[in-house]
Amino acid sequence: MIQGITIYELLTVTSILFFIGIYGFITRKNLISILISVELILNASVINFVIINKYLYPDVLQGVVFSIFIIAVAAAETALAVSIIINLYRQISSVEVKDIETMKY
Amino acid sequence: MNYTYILLILLIPLAVFLLLGLFNKKIKPAISGYIGVFGLLTTTVFSFYTAFQYFFVAGKVDGAFPVLGQKTVWMNFTESLHIDMGFLIDPISVMMLIVVSTISLMVHIYSRGYMKGDEGYTKFFAFLSLFTFSMYGLVLATNLFQIYIFWELVGVSSYLLIGYYYTKESAVAAAKKAFIVTRFADLGFLIGILIVGYYTGTYDFETLNNPEGSPILNWAATSFMGLSVLTWGLILIFIGGAGKSAMFPLHIWLPDAMEGPTPVSALIHAATMVVAGVFLVARLFPMFYFVEDGFALQIVAFVGAFSSLFAAIIALTQTDIKRVLAFSTMSQLGYMMLALGVSGYDGHDGLGYMASMFHLFTHAMFKALLFLCAGSVIHAIHSNYLKDMGGLRKYMPITNITFLVAALAISGVPPFAGFWSKDEILAAAFEHNKLLYAVGIIVAGLTAFYIFRIYFGIFWGKDRQYEHTPKESPISMTFPLIILAILSATVGFIPFPDFISPDRMGFEAHLNVPLALTAVIVGFLGILLAWIFYKKETDLATKVTQQLGVFYTWTFNKFYFDELYLYITKNILFKGVATSAAWFDRNVVDATINAIGNSTVGVSKKIKGLQSGRVQDYALAFVTGVVVLALVFIYIWTI
Amino acid sequence: MERIIFYFLALLIIIFAIASVSSRKMLRSVIYLLFVLCSIAGVYFLIDYNFLAAIQLTIYAGGIIVLIIFSVLLVHHIEMQLEIAKLSRKIITGLACLLGLAVFLVTLYSHEFNVVGTAIPTEVSEIGTLLLSYEAGGFILPFEVVSVLLLAAMIGAIVIAKGTILSESNKKTV
Repeated sequence: MIQGITIYELLTVTSILFFIGIYGFITRKNLISILISVELILNASVINFVIINKYLYPDVLQGVVFSIFIIAVAAAETALAVSIIINLYRQISSVEVKDIETMKY
Repeated sequence: MNYTYILLILLIPLAVFLLLGLFNKKIKPAISGYIGVFGLLTTTVFSFYTAFQYFFVAGKVDGAFPVLGQKTVWMNFTESLHIDMGFLIDPISVMMLIVVSTISLMVHIYSRGYMKGDEGYTKFFAFLSLFTFSMYGLVLATNLFQIYIFWELVGVSSYLLIGYYYTKESAVAAAKKAFIVTRFADLGFLIGILIVGYYTGTYDFETLNNPEGSPILNWAATSFMGLSVLTWGLILIFIGGAGKSAMFPLHIWLPDAMEGPTPVSALIHAATMVVAGVFLVARLFPMFYFVEDGFALQIVAFVGAFSSLFAAIIALTQTDIKRVLAFSTMSQLGYMMLALGVSGYDGHDGLGYMASMFHLFTHAMFKALLFLCAGSVIHAIHSNYLKDMGGLRKYMPITNITFLVAALAISGVPPFAGFWSKDEILAAAFEHNKLLYAVGIIVAGLTAFYIFRIYFGIFWGKDRQYEHTPKESPISMTFPLIILAILSATVGFIPFPDFISPDRMGFEAHLNVPLALTAVIVGFLGILLAWIFYKKETDLATKVTQQLGVFYTWTFNKFYFDELYLYITKNILFKGVATSAAWFDRNVVDATINAIGNSTVGVSKKIKGLQSGRVQDYALAFVTGVVVLALVFIYIWTI
Repeated sequence: MERIIFYFLALLIIIFAIASVSSRKMLRSVIYLLFVLCSIAGVYFLIDYNFLAAIQLTIYAGGIIVLIIFSVLLVHHIEMQLEIAKLSRKIITGLACLLGLAVFLVTLYSHEFNVVGTAIPTEVSEIGTLLLSYEAGGFILPFEVVSVLLLAAMIGAIVIAKGTILSESNKKTV
């Protein structure tokens, strides 16, 4: 644990990061920007796991290992997302959100 | 004696109707004719068998003919008030079975020849069977509602048959008129039924007609505006009967109904349907007699007498032979109502009732015969009007003789059937009310005159040159004429009083010779007058017409009643009531429904933006929802 | 001392995150993300989870950021200004997020966490052993599954992104 820092402050930071990610996800109009916001959200949750592992259960390592898995899955997901964006770009020559609104009323 | 086979009498015509109606185009006309005739022959045999069993084999039980029948509960209004379906056998229903079967059978056989070559031949026989089924149902009905159901069915069949030549505008208009006028009368009928049912607690005829039963004993229980409610109910029921039997002022549909084919006129508008009103009053006769000491019965008598006179006067001047016969029917129906109106109940006092039913029976025979002969003449000449006819006795001998028999019967010349029944009516009227007797005698004279007017006009008089020489009708048409002529001559000798009387016990009747003689003399006077005017070709008739001037015009135009009704309907009902109702329907009712529909569409347009297709919007909704739920579950609704 | 470093890092995280989400240029947004990720690695170092910090830097900062930059270069004019959302949308989202944050924080701060004060140093070998152990509490199965997942992701990425030319030639041969 970090000397002098309570768990509350850390969790505050992660919460703020999480909601910034959500804000970005809903507000941005570019597909890659949305991807970046998703990365922010994922990172926030990773820090959460790690903090709780370190502060509340310092003798076990489940949090860390799980974080490794989260990072691995995030990497895979980002790779696939990028490939989909490339494919979509090839079809409609745009990565704007407003051009992919076809499944609507 | 198990009378369940009577259901077959009802069901065979219905089956024929369904068969011919559903397979209209697939059945060859000749086959359908045979099917119709055969079906009716079967039911006629059953009817005669029933009559034989009921009157002769089973006979009287405890001095009176029993009221038999079977019924099942069909629909319950309350615990005690329910509508049944079933059949009722008593003297008048058995008698009516015979009348309806015989006339219907004769008309079926006749139609095979008359309607030959017509396009809707199968349809015609289907409708005839439907009508016969409805009429059987009407006479066998066990309660007021069942009779009302078949009443309406008879009205529908009449509409279908009058409007049979549906391409002719006048026929369509006549059919509508008949249906609407009788429907209007049936409104009164229905209200009367409901009143009677509500205040007596039953619709069943047996219970209603029982002189010691609670409906009749408690007739004074509730009263309304000075009369018992039951009297009002009976008057309303009589209005329904008056509509169907073409009593004044609901008579306007009967002359127009002659637009239908002549066999239809013979069956429906002479012998069977129009007597439904008389039958209804006869069916409820104990109620009519006992409630309020026969107040409703007085009304029946006077309406009948007036209609009788009214129609007879109009019939004097008509030139269309079918119209003459139509007004003659109305006049004779007036006789029947008059006879019912002057009747008593016990024993010999029931003379009027018996006379009315007797006259119904004989009238059916000779009026149907008159119509069928007229049809035979019209079929040969292709015209309905007297001015196109004359001297036909040379060309159509059988029609000549049978028409003469019928004319003698209706004029009351012995020994033909009309003499016996008319005499009984006049005897009953004489005992009860001299004014009604006077009306009856005058009408008898007028009847003889106008019938022989058309007889001489058709078969004697000027010998016209016809373009196509008229020939006698084929055997399929003359056979029923001969049968009906024989019946018109002989049925007068049936001892009706032994069988038909209000208390079902029968009584001894004897001939009142002075009255009979008076009636016969008046009849002969009428015939003589007609002989003078019409047998040879003279212009005596034209001179008298000119002398009578205005009076003649009024009579010829049926006292302008049709015009009056048309004026009322057009100006008051259509312009006043109907247009405002239509406006209301279009602008208020439709507008409401349209507003509901439009508001749904409007709301839908507003909220379809929720399905925007943008994942971010969905995510926003998702996040908001989660946050709200978290708020609610953690802080507001602590479990 | 560590407190100051931590507050500094936290400040970096938040500022760069906000900048990343609201920047109007694509590449800048990616770079700000890079800074966020590095700051998070710094936090891991502070916590004494060195291995995790290394993984964070390698995979996230090294791999994912590069991936995103490549995709940005492939689909964009770098100088192009990005569109921003309508004001109403921003306000609604901002309000929702603030509300959510409030709920989070209130819940957090009202909960008693049983903080264990002792600092136990962790060895990388423990992480390794835990990853590959078969006993209860071992992560061998998720480890293998993740490897399969990465394989699937690779194949999937190749298939989706390879384009029509190769797939048509495949059709002709089959």
